[in-house]
Amino acid sequence: MATFIALIPAIPLLGFLVLALFGPKLTRKTIGYIGAGSVGIVALLTLIAGIGLLKSLPQVKSYSVIIWEWINAGNLKADISFSLDALSLVFCFVITFVGFLIHLFSVEFMAKDEGFSRFFAYMNLFVGSMLILVLADNILLLYLGWEGVGLCSYLLIGFWYKVPVNGYAARKAFIITRIGDTAMIIGIFVLFLSFGTVNINDLMQQASEKWVAGSSIAVLTAALLLGGALGKSAQLPLQTWLPDAMAGPSPVSALIHAATMVTAGVYLIARTHVLFSLAPIVQTAIAIIGALTLLIAGFSALAQHDLKRILAYSTISQIGYMFLALGVGAWSAAVFHFMIHAFFKALLFLAAGVVILVLNEEHDIFKMGGLRKKMPVVYLTFLIGAASLSALPLITAGFYSKDAILWYSISSETGSTLLWIAGIIGAFLTALYSFRMIFITFFGEVKTQPAFLPGKLMTIPLIILAVLSVIGGFVELPESIGNIHLFSNLIDNTLPAIVVKEARHSEILFQSLSAIIVLTGIYLAYLAYLKKPALSESFNHSKLNKFFERGWGFDKLYDVLFVKPVIWLSEIDKDDIFDGLNIGISRLALLANRFLSITQNGNLRWYLMSFTIGIALILTYLICK
Amino acid sequence: MLTVPVEIQILFAGILFLLGLIGLLVRRNMIFMLMSIEIMFNSAGLVFIIASTHWKQPDGQVMFIFILSVTAVEVAIALALLLQVYHHFKTLDADSVNKLKDHN
Amino acid sequence: MNLFFYIAAAIAIISTILAISGRNAIHSLLFLILSLLAVSVIFYLLDAPFIAALEVIIYAGAIMVLFIFVTMMLNIGIERRTEKRWLNPRMWIVPSMLAAVLLTDFILAIKHVPASPFADQIILPKQVGISLFSTYLLAVEIAAILLMAGVIGAYHLGSQKKKVTHRFLGKN
Repeated sequence: MATFIALIPAIPLLGFLVLALFGPKLTRKTIGYIGAGSVGIVALLTLIAGIGLLKSLPQVKSYSVIIWEWINAGNLKADISFSLDALSLVFCFVITFVGFLIHLFSVEFMAKDEGFSRFFAYMNLFVGSMLILVLADNILLLYLGWEGVGLCSYLLIGFWYKVPVNGYAARKAFIITRIGDTAMIIGIFVLFLSFGTVNINDLMQQASEKWVAGSSIAVLTAALLLGGALGKSAQLPLQTWLPDAMAGPSPVSALIHAATMVTAGVYLIARTHVLFSLAPIVQTAIAIIGALTLLIAGFSALAQHDLKRILAYSTISQIGYMFLALGVGAWSAAVFHFMIHAFFKALLFLAAGVVILVLNEEHDIFKMGGLRKKMPVVYLTFLIGAASLSALPLITAGFYSKDAILWYSISSETGSTLLWIAGIIGAFLTALYSFRMIFITFFGEVKTQPAFLPGKLMTIPLIILAVLSVIGGFVELPESIGNIHLFSNLIDNTLPAIVVKEARHSEILFQSLSAIIVLTGIYLAYLAYLKKPALSESFNHSKLNKFFERGWGFDKLYDVLFVKPVIWLSEIDKDDIFDGLNIGISRLALLANRFLSITQNGNLRWYLMSFTIGIALILTYLICK
Repeated sequence: MLTVPVEIQILFAGILFLLGLIGLLVRRNMIFMLMSIEIMFNSAGLVFIIASTHWKQPDGQVMFIFILSVTAVEVAIALALLLQVYHHFKTLDADSVNKLKDHN
Repeated sequence: MNLFFYIAAAIAIISTILAISGRNAIHSLLFLILSLLAVSVIFYLLDAPFIAALEVIIYAGAIMVLFIFVTMMLNIGIERRTEKRWLNPRMWIVPSMLAAVLLTDFILAIKHVPASPFADQIILPKQVGISLFSTYLLAVEIAAILLMAGVIGAYHLGSQKKKVTHRFLGKN
């Protein structure tokens, strides 16, 4: 059982190798089979491993296997070793299962693209790296997967590399996440220096024994690792890359920028939760960052008119919710929301991809309309996804996961009313912008005709994901409704149980409050965008709208603060100073050559004279000694 | 018997050598340069003979004989080369045979 | 005896100076022969009669004659004007200064020559001969080979080969 966990990351990597080496020579069908098939096999393997693990819980908490020794240098010992416990199992399940559906979708979506094999090679590499990330037993291997997904993100965002804008977007993503990665590797250095090991379990154990809660080194390390998480998960202040990353194909946005890579930060914080418990300041910071991000992104989503950008800001906002949950110590709620969000966000991105494709690459929602009657299946699945996103009460999975977070944001030990208020406003905004999106895109008159209808390979994953977006929540029902705790029981094997404040507020009250707010938001969207569009017209052209649309001006801020000075500095160093030093040395040698070659003028008597002078000098020197 | 001090004898040889050296540095005609070299050879041999007389050993004279033979060979070869240079450059100017100059 | 030494030394030095500062090559060579003869006299005075004879026979008689032959063959008497141009008095300053420096060094160096520890006795040619063919036999053989090499080398270096171009490449 334990050994074949190693197959889980290995098979997609093998698929990448085959596709990278032989891709251009294979037929589309073979590439599709290899690309999607490898992820499918891994989904199956995860299922088997998962069932095995579930059976042996709670006695056996995890399966571990060491494949081979990677680094053995002095104090540093790192192996290629994987371990599957409850947390990694959930992540693996989402990555492989949702990933498989997305790969199936891509076989038809990218069918006419000339980079077909390249696409699947990169996607397989991504899945392999992400699986390494979540299955890694030591933090260096985790960082390997971390870097791998960053690379694949760059490659896939800039997939259509012939268009320069895509290249810029890819570079922006890579550079901004790089800032986070640097913080993270410094954090890893600090951890290794303090404890002499890189195995995660050992690190957590030693940290809890040796470090005092609130000590500066714990705060430093936690803050550094948080920096890494912020970069990858596109939270404040490193969130500017995600909207631009929508330049990549829609399956990429679905897989990487909705379901998996951007949740790597959540995984990291959950995995190293001991450190964050030891640094309460940092944990509070996580909650505050999450709350702020979800609000800022929520407002920004309201003002976008590119369909995918709305979804991008929505992703940032939803991950803000996950960070909020992590910040108040609601570990299982965060992971639960991650899973449900993966379902409905992937669904939304895939459906948006279908819409954009059939409307001939039209991204502007104000140029769409009336697609309800033209593409019923897509409309229905999109509606279910948006409903789940808005946390429509009782019937969508999103309701249960988001509601759990809202509940814990106020009732957890470190929760506060302010955080709950931020969450509630965010929920209102979410409902508002999701249904704005639905009403403008699918209702009203048809502004652009769809060119064709999507085929089976694109529709079936949509349907499956839609079903999951509804029933996925039923594994974790709150006490007041069904009191099923399948999910949190699973997670509590690895992560600590959520500690709730003594004075319990009434759970039903808060649930009804959130339900009312969501319904209000949907109604407002209906009013402002469908029934009486005039209401929203003035807002559409206001300055506030423009401010929201530009993502609250963060891009401009970073441009002024960082980009312009760097460009100015590199202008100064245009004739590379250090290169100049090297050239200077060689010029000096050439100059010396020119001077000294005057003495080689071929004149015999000159040479004789130099002999004589030399003899005179040497003799004089010797005699005078 | 000669009672001139040894220092004076060697000094005389030294003066002859230096005259040869001056001639070598000053003259431009290659025949004269070779001639000056001969002067220097001769003065070196003179020192050997002085030493031989000083130490009352025949080794100095033996050395002089060898120097003589070497000089003879050297002159022969040098003059042969001189002939070649003259036929090639059509002049005996030492400054004109500067083809090994570093062109920079 | 000492007087002869000084006279011979003076003649040698004067004739050497005339040799190196002359404009006519033949004249300079003849002055050089004179200088060599003076040195030969000094050799004789230094109890080396055999060497004195050798100096005249080989040095003045063979080597200098070789020089004169080559000079005459090259017919450079015509270049008296060029010699005049090349030999302006300014040229003598720096070499003379250098020579003066070296002379002072030389004088300082030879101050410490020890006095002769042996009694007066002439070195006979017989002694030289015996030494030559017993102690220095190997050197004699090598000198012989050297002379041989010199002969062959001079022959080859002195010959002028006609430039032969292939008949298809045209005449030079």
